[in-house]
Amino acid sequence: MKEKRHIGSGALSAPKLSECLLTAPSFIWLVAFFLIPSVLVFAIAFKSADSAGGISDTWTFDTLLNVVRADYLGVIWRTIWVSCLVTIICLLLAVPVAYWIAQQKKEYRYWLLLATIIPLWTNFLIRIFAWRVLLHPEGFLRRSLIFLGIIPEDVFLLNNIGSVIIVTVYTCLPFAILPIYAAAEKFNFALIEAARDLGASRFKAFRSIFLPGIKRGIFTAVLLVLIPAMGSYAIPDLVGGVDGELLGNKIATRVSSSRNLPEAAALAAMLALIITLPFIAMLFKQKRLVKYIVNIRRSAGDSTK
Amino acid sequence: MKTRYTSLFVTLFVMVFMYLPIVMLVTQSFNSSRYGGKWNGFSLKWYEALFNDTSVVNAAVNTLIIAAVATAVSTVIGTCAAWVLHLYKKSKLQSAHYLLVFIPLGVPDILMGISLLLMFVSLGMNLGLLTVILAHITFCIGFVTFTVLARLQDFDFNIIHAAQDLGAGWGRIVWKILIPLLGPGIAAGAMMAFTLSMDDFVVTFFVGGPGSTTLPVKVYSMMKHGPPAIINALSVIFMALTFTAAIAGQFFTHKKY
Repeated sequence: MKEKRHIGSGALSAPKLSECLLTAPSFIWLVAFFLIPSVLVFAIAFKSADSAGGISDTWTFDTLLNVVRADYLGVIWRTIWVSCLVTIICLLLAVPVAYWIAQQKKEYRYWLLLATIIPLWTNFLIRIFAWRVLLHPEGFLRRSLIFLGIIPEDVFLLNNIGSVIIVTVYTCLPFAILPIYAAAEKFNFALIEAARDLGASRFKAFRSIFLPGIKRGIFTAVLLVLIPAMGSYAIPDLVGGVDGELLGNKIATRVSSSRNLPEAAALAAMLALIITLPFIAMLFKQKRLVKYIVNIRRSAGDSTK
Repeated sequence: MKTRYTSLFVTLFVMVFMYLPIVMLVTQSFNSSRYGGKWNGFSLKWYEALFNDTSVVNAAVNTLIIAAVATAVSTVIGTCAAWVLHLYKKSKLQSAHYLLVFIPLGVPDILMGISLLLMFVSLGMNLGLLTVILAHITFCIGFVTFTVLARLQDFDFNIIHAAQDLGAGWGRIVWKILIPLLGPGIAAGAMMAFTLSMDDFVVTFFVGGPGSTTLPVKVYSMMKHGPPAIINALSVIFMALTFTAAIAGQFFTHKKY
């Protein structure tokens, strides 16, 4: 690999001075303000808190052991299933939207896509606030649902896990639509027509031709939705109530009201691990899985030709 | 025909879902009734109350200061990074550099916030405008880099060689070639940084102090404690601001030819 590089880049063995000078600002900045702080989180998880709300000098395992207590495990489990459910709902909504937009006339597509992402331009907190107005007990939505007899009088839409899920889907949905649309736009819709001509039902063609065709977009969408959903803090804090608390809230509580920075660090380290592990597993699996799927499709494609 | 209708219905549903809360919010901001719900007639009194609240004005000033500084610094750093990443694609240093720029983009805000907070606390720094600005620059760099990098991919480096052959010095090359051709990409990156900085709540909430309240942090505390109707008005003004920045960004990125 080394040899290849030498040939490719005109025998550059050591980085040139100009390369180093131009790399330095971003490299040093990100080492100082991203890499070191990230390592620090894991280090401070092995410290304990001092009485002044700071970090003591001694090393200990107590903080970590404290974090795997039962009530935290419940919150961690909730964080995982809520973000998985949010991801699934986002995919179920984003795939048909991308499918539909990608089939429209070329000159309309850009504007349709823009229309779906414009709400993204509103401030994140304001989008949450808008939902609070909408889901408010005296608000328009609950009143009309009760009036139409869809929900009984004693159902509240705000401050429960349901509202956390709805609002998280709302803020994440554009991030699912964009990559899936990018993949769907490149998809050759003639393949679906071909499958239809060969007797596949519309749904069957959609499932076995379109979905595998936009696989990459779906993977990107999963990452773009799942990771922020896992780390979400403001949404459960503002629309979740007591039963809607997620791991992010626990971290924030440990930073502000009941200050214990090492415990916050331990929780953050745990969150980082939870996020990284499936990410790595996915990249690992994806190579195998994609290869597998591609092989199946290829043989299927060959037999249909 | 069935799937096509299904996807059409889902798209319509998504559009309503995306716009309903925003439309409700904007209408409520002009409603004179205090707690929303019933329409008590058109009113601008919430906007008036907003402009008389000095803490809101202060927060707006802070937001603009932080966004301006963070944008300026991250645009310079990010543009340099994009330039070397593109020019020395194959070097080992750049593959490490690439990872270092790329990974922060995938890290949730809360982890970035808490890690920076822990570092600032460990260093004994006072939390305030400075720490917020440092944090904002950190998360903006990656976005600027990738926006500029996308532009560089279409850039033809032969133009520079041609100019050099024709006797142009670096000053002239920068002024006559790099700025006109890469300018829109850099401007789009800067717009992106500005919008991100102005919009950020979670990181600011973690690394900020009493003197660094930004509009999102102010909105948050008003949502927790303050009267709801003023936030409606604040939201609409905020929305108008972000829209302007985002449309300007679109203008620079969207190719017109």
